[in-house]
Amino acid sequence: MPRRRRLRRIVSPPGFKGYRPYGSAGDVSGSVELLYEEYEALKLADYNHLNHFEASKHMGVSRATFARIYESARRKIAQALVESKEIRTVYGNAFLDKDWYVCNDCYVRFTLPHRNRNRHCPMCKSEKLELVNRKNI
Amino acid sequence: MKTVITSTGSELSSLFDKRFGRAAWFCVLDEETGQTKFYKNENKDAQGGAGTKTVEKMVELGVSKVISGDFGPKAKDLLDKFNIQMVIIQDDDVTIEDVIRKIK
Repeated sequence: MPRRRRLRRIVSPPGFKGYRPYGSAGDVSGSVELLYEEYEALKLADYNHLNHFEASKHMGVSRATFARIYESARRKIAQALVESKEIRTVYGNAFLDKDWYVCNDCYVRFTLPHRNRNRHCPMCKSEKLELVNRKNI
Repeated sequence: MKTVITSTGSELSSLFDKRFGRAAWFCVLDEETGQTKFYKNENKDAQGGAGTKTVEKMVELGVSKVISGDFGPKAKDLLDKFNIQMVIIQDDDVTIEDVIRKIK
């Protein structure tokens, strides 16, 4: 039995659900599923310009595994571009590096979901928030 | 916006339940109208996956915030995935009414 696949840490999920080609001659034929961890790998390496070793640390996997995820991301995007396929982002084997906040007035701990823009305590509406760093990472 | 508060009973005077997946009841509070509705937790005595099943129920109810004492790792991940806010209160002996009063 193969070893359980380690979850890859994602700092923030992609801000889109997918990409679709336009102006192509034929119909858009099928789609490519880009996993969250592949998006994250591409972002760390090619947008944040980290080297693979640093990036692998960020995602909590080994350098070799990172390289494999990155490779797969590039191949999928290349395939989508060449075959004019739609790109869809899927969750994959990831966990979000969700930040926990604590309210300095009533000491309630809570998360702030992505779409939630108002940064105040859900219980007492205080704005004195503090980020709790998760120690197990 | 709907908020769920985990409860030990089906009334406003019931005590707050610190467990999420194995809470006895869920109090669904509609923050606009202030109306509450209680749902019994069918997964309370489930063998396993109580947290997961409960999250499914939350999504079904269209909840955007959950107030409880603690969340298991599976429930946490799923709630994150569905963009549901988690709020952890550690107070003992508070009733549902107290919690609702605090939110307002």
